[in-house]
Amino acid sequence: MADNIIRIENVTKQFAGGVKAVDNANFNIERGEFFSLLGPSGCGKTTLLRMIAGFEFPTNGEIYIDGQPSALIPSYKRPTNMVFQSYAIFPHLNVFDNIAYGLRKDRLSNRELTRRVNEALEMIKLTGFGSRRGDQLSGGQRQRVALARALIKRPKVLLLDEPLGALDKKLREEMQIELRQLQREVGITFVFVTHDQEEALSMSDRIAVMGKGVVLQIAGPKDLYEAPNSVEVASFIGNINLIDATVRAINGGEATLEGPGFGQFKAPAIDGLKAGQKITAAIRPEKLSLTASRPSGTHVEGTIKASAYLGDRSHFHVHIKGRETPLSVAAQNVDRAMTTGFDPARAVYVSWDPRSLILLKS
Amino acid sequence: MTASSAPGFADRLRAFYLRSDAAKGYALLSPVMITMVVLLAAPLVMLILYSFWTQSGLSVDTTLTTARYQEVLGKQSYHDIFWRTIGTSSLVTLVTVGLAYPMAYYVAFGVKKYKFVWLILLTIPFWTSYLLRAFSWKVILGFNGVINSGLISAGLITEPLEFLLYNQSAVVITLAHAYAAFAILPIYVSLEKIDRTLLEAAADLGDSAWARFWRITFPLSLPGVLGAAVLIFVPTTGDYVTPQLVGGPTGQMIAYSIQVLFLKINDWPLGAALAMSAMAAVGILVVLFVTAMQLAVRQIR
Repeated sequence: MADNIIRIENVTKQFAGGVKAVDNANFNIERGEFFSLLGPSGCGKTTLLRMIAGFEFPTNGEIYIDGQPSALIPSYKRPTNMVFQSYAIFPHLNVFDNIAYGLRKDRLSNRELTRRVNEALEMIKLTGFGSRRGDQLSGGQRQRVALARALIKRPKVLLLDEPLGALDKKLREEMQIELRQLQREVGITFVFVTHDQEEALSMSDRIAVMGKGVVLQIAGPKDLYEAPNSVEVASFIGNINLIDATVRAINGGEATLEGPGFGQFKAPAIDGLKAGQKITAAIRPEKLSLTASRPSGTHVEGTIKASAYLGDRSHFHVHIKGRETPLSVAAQNVDRAMTTGFDPARAVYVSWDPRSLILLKS
Repeated sequence: MTASSAPGFADRLRAFYLRSDAAKGYALLSPVMITMVVLLAAPLVMLILYSFWTQSGLSVDTTLTTARYQEVLGKQSYHDIFWRTIGTSSLVTLVTVGLAYPMAYYVAFGVKKYKFVWLILLTIPFWTSYLLRAFSWKVILGFNGVINSGLISAGLITEPLEFLLYNQSAVVITLAHAYAAFAILPIYVSLEKIDRTLLEAAADLGDSAWARFWRITFPLSLPGVLGAAVLIFVPTTGDYVTPQLVGGPTGQMIAYSIQVLFLKINDWPLGAALAMSAMAAVGILVVLFVTAMQLAVRQIR
């Protein structure tokens, strides 16, 4: 059995007014892993995090932290620490005192306290910033102070509530790498809340995708992207083309399907598939290829309705006859001249490897 | 009226006005500034001038002299009444801020809905005139007042209590009631401004409710507390009506002495010197107090 630092058992949180922020959540977080809670705003991920921290208490169910039921433990006695979305740097204290805040009541000697705070300042590369006030720091620096302030308590679990949301893109990407490295170095379990799927994919060991208070799927980044278990998860993580199809035949590991605009096509079968069943077939835009001439493999014919040039890649919307929503196709701009070949309204061929299709029951 | 002609004075003035933020600021300030200069600064300058003059009979000798100040500083009875004034005002400030803080705290943190109704209710004491409020305390605390007759009819005492009225504590009670709103509102504002996440962060870092209050809420509400303290302390040192009505012989304050000098003894220069000395002393005390408080609270980490 895995070593679970956090066990969430049948946890439901219902706020006054009847809104169910979290609906019967059940999962474990392993010791030492980087675990993300991912979902759109209002999906309950922050409420779940706040229940682990002890700022909210579940209406039903129990959260075990390191084996201990937490229903009666107030936040200030929990072995968890949090990095807040707004950082919550104490404005009346300088950086040193902010970081030292949680250590003050441990009655450390002055020397030990100073040593540990300086060590923390070094870790976040802010040595010499101890006497600055919070408002004299940049967003990235404040974020790091908030991190040091939480980590200096040596928590069993570090909770991070969208800590990178307020940073600009470049800094955010840097901090993603730094955070991941830091987590490996200190070996503390990180529970990371984000609505940014790219962030979750690039940093996490495992991700729980939430929607409307329900945990939809828990998996590693690759499985989540390549093998989503539902239409919701598939469309929340990255872009995906959905094809409403009917199962015509199943032949060993291969299903033959029929969908509007696509005619008959093949896809890897899933368990419990029956002929005549309605199902959704899904394929990622980057797994579709666009060619000007008719390819040899599986393909459909269409016309380019719109295109967007994004530098490293281009996005195309291809209209397929008999299908309402256009197909989304992503192409790497490997060749500098390539994009000029696909003008709007031009007839093109979209082809794919049948193994790239995912079948999703709805 | 052609566009090519050189801009006139009005146009240049207009351009300057539009360009300069300072000009716009002063324009907005000017009604207040003019009022302040005419109604506040001018009498103050007159008072300062008077304090360096000498009363001789019915006329005033305008030769500049510091003799009035020497007279004020040399007279023990002025020292006594000054320190009694400071004592009374300090007590009023302490009592008012001490009672107002929990109320402001409750409205800021405890009330979720209809906060403004609460704030209006808290200002109700202000809806009657100051004089009436002082008089009503006279009725409550008096020899045959509400408290005494209540206690007698309840059989708890046989003779009316005499220590209720006409002394310093009567002044403190009356002033504390009169100035309550001045304390509640600034403290409320400073508490309301505190980011609630900071309190969560403190809890997360191991602080119990009491520690959170002492280490976060209190230091962050200090500007409101100091504002309230100054708003109460300074005007009460100059209060004249309340000591007159409920103070008795032991409850008198410095404004009474100043009034006597101006209106009864008719020695304006000496009255002005006493007023200026009291003003300066109160100013120094306030600065010392505020600085000391700020330094002290900065030690809370």
